[in-house]
Amino acid sequence: MSVKIWAASDDFAPRCLKMHEMGIAMQIVEMSIASIPEEMNNVQVEIINLKVGKLAAVIPGSLRFCFDIVAKDTPLSGAKLHIEEIPVVVKCNECNKESVIKELSFKCEACSSGSTEILSGRELDIESIEIADG
Amino acid sequence: MEIKIVRKVLDVNEKIAQENREMFSEQGVFVLNVMSSPGSGKTTILEKTVSSIMPEINCAVIVGDICTTNDADRLARTGAPVVQVNTDEFGGDCHLAAHVIENATRNLDLDSVHLLIVENVGNLVCPAEFDIGEDARVVVLSVTEGEDKPLKYPLMFRVCDAALLNKTDLFPHLDYNRESAIDNILQVHPDMPIFEISATKSEGFSPWIDWIKNRLREKLN
Ligand SMILES: Nc1nc2c(ncn2[C@@H]2O[C@H](COP(=O)(O)OP(=O)(O)OP(=O)(O)O)[C@@H](O)[C@H]2O)c(=O)[nH]1
Ligand SMILES: [Mg+2]
Ligand SMILES: [Zn+2]
Repeated sequence: MSVKIWAASDDFAPRCLKMHEMGIAMQIVEMSIASIPEEMNNVQVEIINLKVGKLAAVIPGSLRFCFDIVAKDTPLSGAKLHIEEIPVVVKCNECNKESVIKELSFKCEACSSGSTEILSGRELDIESIEIADG
Repeated sequence: MEIKIVRKVLDVNEKIAQENREMFSEQGVFVLNVMSSPGSGKTTILEKTVSSIMPEINCAVIVGDICTTNDADRLARTGAPVVQVNTDEFGGDCHLAAHVIENATRNLDLDSVHLLIVENVGNLVCPAEFDIGEDARVVVLSVTEGEDKPLKYPLMFRVCDAALLNKTDLFPHLDYNRESAIDNILQVHPDMPIFEISATKSEGFSPWIDWIKNRLREKLN
């Protein structure tokens, strides 16, 4: 895990990246707990469904690592993060075509215009939680 | 059983950022968020920038620094009011979040300020995700860093409205590929304005200062 973090960035970033994902994990735990109806007791959350855009400054592995720590002693303890990775899609301001961004070139595939708008890829959304039945 | 939530994880930050943005508009303040890796020259650039913009436009600065007040002391010499945010108090964060800016502005008399510059914490990852209610974002890249930084940190270069390539006085001493650095910025953000400057030698500042003044006028007039 730590190897992956180091590989993703250099010098100061690793320390920050970890802290950054820690804050995000805390937010996920807080929002999930808040969404559990009050009348339900002894809830065991099994799955948390997330959408994470490829441009979001989040590494799924580090997010899972932080989440496991923060979820301890909460109804989310042991829950799995299902992370749906969302590709980066831009819309061209010149010809209106949509392009999926690979290799980090943000130009329109159709007309090579550089004037594009991001449609998706920045997501950091919590979609739902799944609770054990019974 | 599935419980739908469908919310952005950074919802809380975005809500406060929006409130900040409305407050800045009401007060007639243009807000510039300056970001970079540690040591790219943010403080040096802002010292020169503020000195050349004042007194024509009244400036104030909020500076995020993990443990010292060095940057704040340097910036205060320009005569602009400076608020130092010691991010450690906010949980050792590596970025300035919207609520931190909201608190910091309480220490400023915004009535007499038209340009508020925020020197974010030196980091190319986290600050890119956190809206603070600013009007424009600027990233500083210095020529002592790799030419491929824009490709390693695409979100930062994409969300910024302008890039400053700093420490150009060092070109003669380095094997730096200037064209490749600029190509990489433009690959991630095709029409981004790029200003090549040397902060210590005060070179190349006028297009950058003009850019700020134009953006400020667009908002405040
Ligand atoms: N040669 C050269 N050195 C520069 C230039 N601009 C800044 N420096 C030097 O780079 C070092 C860091 O500058 P700062 O202005 O403190 O950088 P910073 O981005 O504010 O740093 P942090 O706030 O710590 O992230 C200092 O030693 C500066 O003198 C420049 O244009 N040319
Ligand atoms: Mg500084
Ligand atoms: Zn096109």
